[in-house]
Amino acid sequence: MIRYLVRRAALAVVMLFGLICLTFVIANVAPSDAAALAAGPDAGRAQIEQARRDYGLDRPLHEQFVRYVTDLGRGDFGRSVATGRPVGQDLAKYFFATLELCLVAMTLGILLGIPLGVLSAVFQDRWVDHGTRIIAVSGIALPPFWFGLLLQLGIASSLGWLPTSGRLSVFTEPAAPITGLLLVDSLLRGNGALFAEALSYLILPAIVLSLPCLASILRVNRSEMVEALRADHITAARAHGVSRLRIVAVHALKNAMLPTLAIIGLRWGWMMSSTVLVETVFDWPGIGLYAVSSAIAGDFKPVMGVTLIVGLNFMLANLVVDLLYGALDPRIREA
Amino acid sequence: MRVGLAIHLLRRSFGTMLGLALVAMIVALALAGPFIVPYPDDVQGAVNLTNKLQPPSAAHWFGTDEVGNDILTRVIIGARLSLLVGIAIPLAAALIGVPLGILAGTAGGGLREAIMRVTDLFLSVPGLVLAIALVAALGPGIGNAMIALILVWWPGYVRLAESKALAIREEPFIEAARAAGATQLRILWRHVLPNSLSPLIVKMSMDIGQAILAIASLGFLGLGAKPPTPEWGAMISIARGYLPDWWWYAICPGALIYASVLGFNLLGDGLRDMLDPRSNRG
Amino acid sequence: MTLLSIDDYRLAFDGFEGTAHVLDGITLDVARGETLGIVGETGCGKSVLARSLLRLNPAPPARVVSGAIRFEGEDILAMPEAALRRLRGRRIAMVFQDPAAFLNPLLNIGTQMADVLQGQDSAGGARRRPAREVRARAAALLASVGLPEPERLLDARPHQLSGGMRQRVLIAMALAGEPSLLVADEPTTALDVTVQAQILALIAVLVAERGLTLMLISHDLGVIAASCARVAVMYAGTVVEDAPTATLLGTPRHPYTKGLLAALPDLDNPAHRPRGIPGSIPSLRQPPPGCRFHPRCPIATARCSVEKPLLREVGDAAPSEAALCDEINPMPRDLGRLASRDGKTAALHVGEEETASPRDLDSAALGGLETALPPQAPPPSHRVACHYA
Repeated sequence: MIRYLVRRAALAVVMLFGLICLTFVIANVAPSDAAALAAGPDAGRAQIEQARRDYGLDRPLHEQFVRYVTDLGRGDFGRSVATGRPVGQDLAKYFFATLELCLVAMTLGILLGIPLGVLSAVFQDRWVDHGTRIIAVSGIALPPFWFGLLLQLGIASSLGWLPTSGRLSVFTEPAAPITGLLLVDSLLRGNGALFAEALSYLILPAIVLSLPCLASILRVNRSEMVEALRADHITAARAHGVSRLRIVAVHALKNAMLPTLAIIGLRWGWMMSSTVLVETVFDWPGIGLYAVSSAIAGDFKPVMGVTLIVGLNFMLANLVVDLLYGALDPRIREA
Repeated sequence: MRVGLAIHLLRRSFGTMLGLALVAMIVALALAGPFIVPYPDDVQGAVNLTNKLQPPSAAHWFGTDEVGNDILTRVIIGARLSLLVGIAIPLAAALIGVPLGILAGTAGGGLREAIMRVTDLFLSVPGLVLAIALVAALGPGIGNAMIALILVWWPGYVRLAESKALAIREEPFIEAARAAGATQLRILWRHVLPNSLSPLIVKMSMDIGQAILAIASLGFLGLGAKPPTPEWGAMISIARGYLPDWWWYAICPGALIYASVLGFNLLGDGLRDMLDPRSNRG
Repeated sequence: MTLLSIDDYRLAFDGFEGTAHVLDGITLDVARGETLGIVGETGCGKSVLARSLLRLNPAPPARVVSGAIRFEGEDILAMPEAALRRLRGRRIAMVFQDPAAFLNPLLNIGTQMADVLQGQDSAGGARRRPAREVRARAAALLASVGLPEPERLLDARPHQLSGGMRQRVLIAMALAGEPSLLVADEPTTALDVTVQAQILALIAVLVAERGLTLMLISHDLGVIAASCARVAVMYAGTVVEDAPTATLLGTPRHPYTKGLLAALPDLDNPAHRPRGIPGSIPSLRQPPPGCRFHPRCPIATARCSVEKPLLREVGDAAPSEAALCDEINPMPRDLGRLASRDGKTAALHVGEEETASPRDLDSAALGGLETALPPQAPPPSHRVACHYA
């Protein structure tokens, strides 16, 4: 088990280095002149050259790369040329808003997706199955930005049940961060009103973000459950008189959980990615919104920072999935 | 055939039929678009401010936009762009990815390692964020957005082709072909490619839908097509500014994105059932 | 006394390409304490028949067309779900073909055995036993099938066990509910030859010690001859011949049975060339009319393609038709020796006085077999489904 762990972790480190290389290459194939952007629109030739020296953009590429890597090692993601602020600071500020949104959406996706998947497999071709198929099919095809707009239009604007956008009302003073997750912080500080407000702002974006994830988990879980329920050892368990609940909830589900876990890991990455759309629709102050506004301004240090953070998260999620796989299936652990 | 069985079959393929119908509709709109639109002048974005932001009516079924163009006209014209882009992206990605994948799967050794590690690298950043990073580097615009999405999509095809090539290499009939003296190239052409074809077709069908969604997403974010290009995502991006009072503006383009993505997904599902019944329905 | 009575049982599978008539009028009685073997080629429906006894065939696609399966007088096919759960494991238990596939790879042995024990308790309305007691009972069961270190085994996963050990575990599970009928569906097919003999011996010992009724399903006549006093031969969803083992091996009546025996190699007589039966198994979607064997039968007449032969008692006296069969399809006269498929393990002598008794088998492995062979006289019935046998 330890060897398995070490091997997976070593692979993740290699991948992380690759990811850093990738962002560096992307940043350097850019046709636009970063120095010109940094110097500002009215800068003259001399000022641009000055900026080039300031940002180290006149050094040879390999030197720039070494500097990029060592800077990253110190947690320095560079400076946004548009605002002049260090990207690392911005990322720290925005990341937890995104994390909170994604955590809630993923929890929603798992808590609904797995039971619905199990139910539709057990009642295959019955009405439950047909009902969930509609969720599964539309969840993947529905454009998240459009679905978000529809929810804003219907539930927030017309009915007025929930706020339209943002993370909190502009008049509300957020609690001093402990974890950076508003829901957790407000509970830790015993501020029920703040919790309720944070939750009301969170619900719509979380629903939109969780829908594709829910659909995907449901689909995979359903087909894996159908497969698992057909397995020979399930026939044997039935023949031996094991109870039906136990067969479905333990014997079959445990086997179906392995591929479901893999899709959850994959979906965590996709979620961090499609949060870009959801955050834009709901003005959610996370790294997605940050990436988009920077990308439009042609300011790519922040975009690379977000890319690294999302990639890192995806990698960690895959690592966790690998470890859970090992924990669930002894054959993998020992292979 | 018994009645229950017939109903079962019909139900099973209902999704496929719906998918086929939706895809046929999008293709028809793309082909016939300029000839059937009610207001051909609005295609390029005529300015008719007296008519702006009209609610749906007999004259303008889906209302008009902020410069007085008929929304239905612009949405129909948008089908052509979306479909073209939606087909071009997976096609280009497959043209890059499949040869590399087959090469990796059959060559083995260091070459395979190199190809697969680069593939893994691209797959390690979730699609949309990687696309945004690439667009940020290349600059916004529909052309660059397409390049970015192709760069995001090709590794998936390498994975698919490589796994198929690897699996087929182990098959007894390849062994037999090799024993019979067939050349490597002939084996690739005669055995590996045809056997990879069904999963490839299924994946491409699914990916057309996803590519339409992705290009619309970039358009919505302001990183893809720019107005007045009649692109669905970009239209929704503008329409967003007119919510909630001019709500109809956003409805129609979104519905068409939904219909086309749904159509290609369902079609892909159906194709998988027919062509590749043993595969996992992920 | 009849324990199990299958009466004109017909089962069909509905598929996309049509309906397969998998079992076509099976009529078979099993007396308490009897050891019945069912032999037939792959796809003849013997496993489906075995699973029918516990209603394990998934429905749909499986559909009971007609008939009844009575166990101790109760019709299994009409049982409500609750009664079915009391039946499974507690009255009829089953051992399966491939022990690797029939154990859950992700759960340890102890959990799987506890689930069986607790599932049977709850089906029977008994109180939930404490975990310690369940574990002790599971360990005792494992010990009773000859597994060493049962306590440690409970914490093992199936992949850590050998094939023979896994099959023993499955047998232990089958015994958990103290059933009266044990159905063994190809219990040795997936095992190594030496292990096969051990598992057969174990089943024989358990049958003898516990007074179990055994229904052993196999495509291998050698396996059946070693363990069963009576054999039923199945072909394409029908029982074609049903007789005491010695009788069937010595004086087979049905042309298919004869063909089956002629297809076996003979270790004592290397000159004897095993002969296959020409033709192939018919499609069950469009089975041949009349006798399902007639397209391959050397003695078929026009009548055979029209009229389905029913099982009838032929007794000891050989009717003239039988002689006819012998002439057309002569048997090697000295068919005393049978061998299992690989020709190594069970060369069985079937003589006048002795019933099937293994000789060349590892005597340690077969220690219990002598006692296992049924003490009671097998019913003298010899039934054949052929117009001319």
